[in-house]
Amino acid sequence: MNIWLVMLLGGLFTFGMRFSFIYLLGRFELPEPARHALRFVPPAILTAIVVPELFVRSGEIQISLTNFRLLAGVLAVIVAWRTRNTLLTILAGMLSLVLLEWWF
Amino acid sequence: MRISTKTLWAGVRAELPLLLGVAPFGMIYGVLALSSGIEPLPAQMMSSIVFAGSAQFITAQLVRDLVPGVVIVSTIAIVNLRHLLYSASVAPYIRGLSMRWKLLLSYLLTDEAYATTILQFEKEGKNLHTHWFFLGAGLALWTTWQVSTAVGILVGRTLPDSWPLDFALPITFIALIMPSLKDRPAIAAALSAGFLALLAYTLPYKLGLMLAGIVGILVGTILEMRA
Repeated sequence: MNIWLVMLLGGLFTFGMRFSFIYLLGRFELPEPARHALRFVPPAILTAIVVPELFVRSGEIQISLTNFRLLAGVLAVIVAWRTRNTLLTILAGMLSLVLLEWWF
Repeated sequence: MRISTKTLWAGVRAELPLLLGVAPFGMIYGVLALSSGIEPLPAQMMSSIVFAGSAQFITAQLVRDLVPGVVIVSTIAIVNLRHLLYSASVAPYIRGLSMRWKLLLSYLLTDEAYATTILQFEKEGKNLHTHWFFLGAGLALWTTWQVSTAVGILVGRTLPDSWPLDFALPITFIALIMPSLKDRPAIAAALSAGFLALLAYTLPYKLGLMLAGIVGILVGTILEMRA
């Protein structure tokens, strides 16, 4: 299949999913339990995106002091929790990773 | 300044810290797409036609491995399944808008635009202008994604491999998760999703992410209904 066709179909599917409920909810009401459930989309999905990025290195779960991404991530969690400041969290996480990789 | 313009800029400003993470990600995509054998023009256009970071990375990889197009398209669809949840999540806040607005905001509904917009929606509730915030965040991200892709394509392999730039995005998400952890059910949702994502990380096509997300959402919902 031609790359342009792949992109077009992939883009259509992606847009379709983004549009799905935005379109449907103009016409139907969401049932009560589903409305409650939606509040948990950000903490659940975003955490599920982040956790493997910290723990999985070269295809394997690594829980050790030499997994610098895990260390930097934990530091970022602490900074995010104490300061609630996005920019500070990014700086702390990135800087600590760079320093750890440079030092060791 | 009109209130709509003001709200639009508030959306842009809220998105700014994320752009720090997105810009390197876009550049890396541009480099990767070229090295996978995708021509510069389709590599650039993919960033506006598909407009979904992780799906674009996987597409580049599959193109390099000469995987058949049908498989690539199905993979893109599966990897982007989470957007169904984002769509359901923002839908109640923008249901009164015109079809034109709904089409535009749907197109701009990425992980990063969603993460900032939903925080604002939950804080402000439904009002006359919050969709401008969504538009501002979405456009800021869209522009950065297009420009950083172009830079990646132009600069190519001159970026040193040792820079851990790809780490900026997960770190940004960490900052965005915090405000959503308002109570025990939300914390339980995050912890269970994170734990399951680790258990299921070997599943192909990011299905582990989807599975972990759904379990996390169920855990949070059940705990909340019990309370």
